[in-house]
Amino acid sequence: MANQSRRQFLKTTALIGAGITGISSKNLKAAPKNILDENRMGVLVDTTVCIGCRKCEWACKVAHNLPTPPIEAYDDRTVFKQMRRPDDKALTVVNEYPPKSSDEFPVDVKVQCMHCDHPACVSACIVGAFSKEENGSVIWDTNKCIGCRYCMVACPFQIPAFEFGKAFHPEIRKCDFCFNRTKEGKLPACVEICPMEALTYGKREELVKIAHEKIRLYPERYVNHVYGEYEVGGTSWLYLASRDFTELQFPKLGRNPAPGVTEAIQHGIFAYFVPPIALYALLGGVMWINKNRKKTSETE
Amino acid sequence: MENLMKPTPISKKFFTPGVIVLSIFAFIGIVFVILRLLFGLGAVTNLSNQYPWGIWIGIDVAAGVALAAGGFTTAALGHIMRKEEYHILVRPALLTAMLGYTFVALSVALDLGRYYYIWHPLIMWNGNSVLFEVGMCVMIYLFVLYIEFLPIVTERFIGRVNFPGFLKVLNNPVDKLLRLLDRTLNKVMFIFIIAGVVLSCLHQSSLGTLMVIAGPKMHPLWQTPILPLLFLLSAISVGFPMVIFESLITSRSFGLKPEMNLLSNLGSMVAPMLGIYLSFKIGDMVIRKTFIYLNEINTTSILFAIEVVIGIVVPLRIFLSPKLTKTPFGLFIGSALVIFGVLLNRINNFIVAYNPPYKFTPYFPSIGEIGVTLGFIALEVLLFRAFVMIFPIVSVPQYVTPQTKFTVRGA
Ligand code: SF4
Ligand code: SF4
Ligand code: SF4
Repeated sequence: MANQSRRQFLKTTALIGAGITGISSKNLKAAPKNILDENRMGVLVDTTVCIGCRKCEWACKVAHNLPTPPIEAYDDRTVFKQMRRPDDKALTVVNEYPPKSSDEFPVDVKVQCMHCDHPACVSACIVGAFSKEENGSVIWDTNKCIGCRYCMVACPFQIPAFEFGKAFHPEIRKCDFCFNRTKEGKLPACVEICPMEALTYGKREELVKIAHEKIRLYPERYVNHVYGEYEVGGTSWLYLASRDFTELQFPKLGRNPAPGVTEAIQHGIFAYFVPPIALYALLGGVMWINKNRKKTSETE
Repeated sequence: MENLMKPTPISKKFFTPGVIVLSIFAFIGIVFVILRLLFGLGAVTNLSNQYPWGIWIGIDVAAGVALAAGGFTTAALGHIMRKEEYHILVRPALLTAMLGYTFVALSVALDLGRYYYIWHPLIMWNGNSVLFEVGMCVMIYLFVLYIEFLPIVTERFIGRVNFPGFLKVLNNPVDKLLRLLDRTLNKVMFIFIIAGVVLSCLHQSSLGTLMVIAGPKMHPLWQTPILPLLFLLSAISVGFPMVIFESLITSRSFGLKPEMNLLSNLGSMVAPMLGIYLSFKIGDMVIRKTFIYLNEINTTSILFAIEVVIGIVVPLRIFLSPKLTKTPFGLFIGSALVIFGVLLNRINNFIVAYNPPYKFTPYFPSIGEIGVTLGFIALEVLLFRAFVMIFPIVSVPQYVTPQTKFTVRGA
């Protein structure tokens, strides 16, 4: 009999466990449906075409009203001596990686927010200041942000930057895919200015096809890897390169969306408030039993 | 000689040399707080786009929440398990939790780039965000803690409301109000006590989920999907040691005799919890095969080893020894080590393990950050001292003895 009930107990616990995981995986899929809009846009960056003219850096600053030196100043190639990262004053930067042998070219890599399909920043933001738009952009709302910087902790590409120098109303800054321009049918500023057409703006699905076609046609020119196709569940920005991406300081990331694990855990602990309420009931029961036990032992 | 333990405000001189040193620390901390508010985070901290979170989150918030776990563990023991004999430990633990969480909230506010928007999560919800959930739980729990503390306030002031001057007219109504409050609270308090324990379990574990989203940015020795469980287990393990530690220090500082019986019993409960925590920590390491990172000797692996050996294994051994748990010294060292272990664990998780792919200068806390952290701790201790002198929190023996008859007046 005791055995029976124990087995029963195990069965129920297993069921509850399955229920929780079931619920959580459902929640994962039930993320905002526009996230995987088939018509979402993207940019294909062909690093073998980029010449490191840094015009995109200038155009991006102009488009976002950020202070910038005149465009001629960007011809200065000494900046390539150091690796740079996008920050609160520059939403995109180009880095150059020297050739490995004399018959090779240096590789220039433009860096900015990748506009992930399942963005960690969107999942992490405490107040939902980050949102994934239908066209693929991940944008930030200054009216919500409280400046906790959890989005920065979460982003696998280490992109969002914060205005640490500002005492009042500091902002989180990152590439917004020129949301205000694309909304009006314009190209992103960096894409528009690029003299080499290293950047291609288009439907993400088509860009993936184009990228693979290029690899097929010129196998000696590219490594067989479209960075961003599967990384952290896919990103809107896609990269082609002649070298292994780790040599170009791209982070090595798996295929799972960055927020997947936390959201599963989170929704497991909170699944429809069942676990907290169950715990509450359990503790209440224990308290009540102990109270009564005390009473009876006192009257004895 | 009857020896009844009753919570009583402790009458002693407030200012002692120790208090003066603490006040200096508190003052320095406040100065840095003002500088941060005037000139921004960048002016006072070493935070950067590479290291967005520093010790204000790692120590003041994460460790602060863990070390306030004495509040819910003793509440569970005293109120839910109804172990009446431990009741004298509940009030000091409650006070520590209340002050602890208050300072957690202050530290969060200070660390927010836009502290004046701290109320935003109340109306702007993102249920997918772990931080949202931690924030909500901590906020509600803080509220619960204040409610749990109210009976101590009413107990102190019922029949003793004594406003000076023209405010005298208020004496009666306030007293009535306090009595009403006391009666209602008495009936509903169990709701808040259980809620406090549930909320604690929730946010103690969610605090562990917080860093999971950082993914490969976190060192594999700490990055694991069972982080929430490890955080909960470690919080439960550190609850009683925190109570023991404080009780020993309080009795020392006020010249009272420590309640060795109770503290030893409490101590004997620490070992099983530490054991469970340790087994999950080791089990996780074996399953994920992360012990390979211990082969390379560097800061990270050394800190991990210290965390496990000094912070868990050694105190576990101490608490397993019935001889050592019977002495104040053994209890003190054991508790201090557990506290140290959990503190280091939180620092490790939030700071040491955070290893961003692109970095320029490694993070080390600035003078300003350290100043604020020390200042807040000092303020907390000072407030604790002030509270136990104002409110009936620490239980002292009430000698109901006929001896008074024989005392010579004026002696
Ligand atoms: S790259 Fe970072 S900031 Fe950009 S969408 Fe992805 S997670 Fe967000
Ligand atoms: S800093 Fe702002 S955008 Fe980033 S997570 Fe916090 S509230 Fe959201
Ligand atoms: S898409 Fe717009 S915001 Fe992003 S890097 Fe290009 S110009 Fe800058």
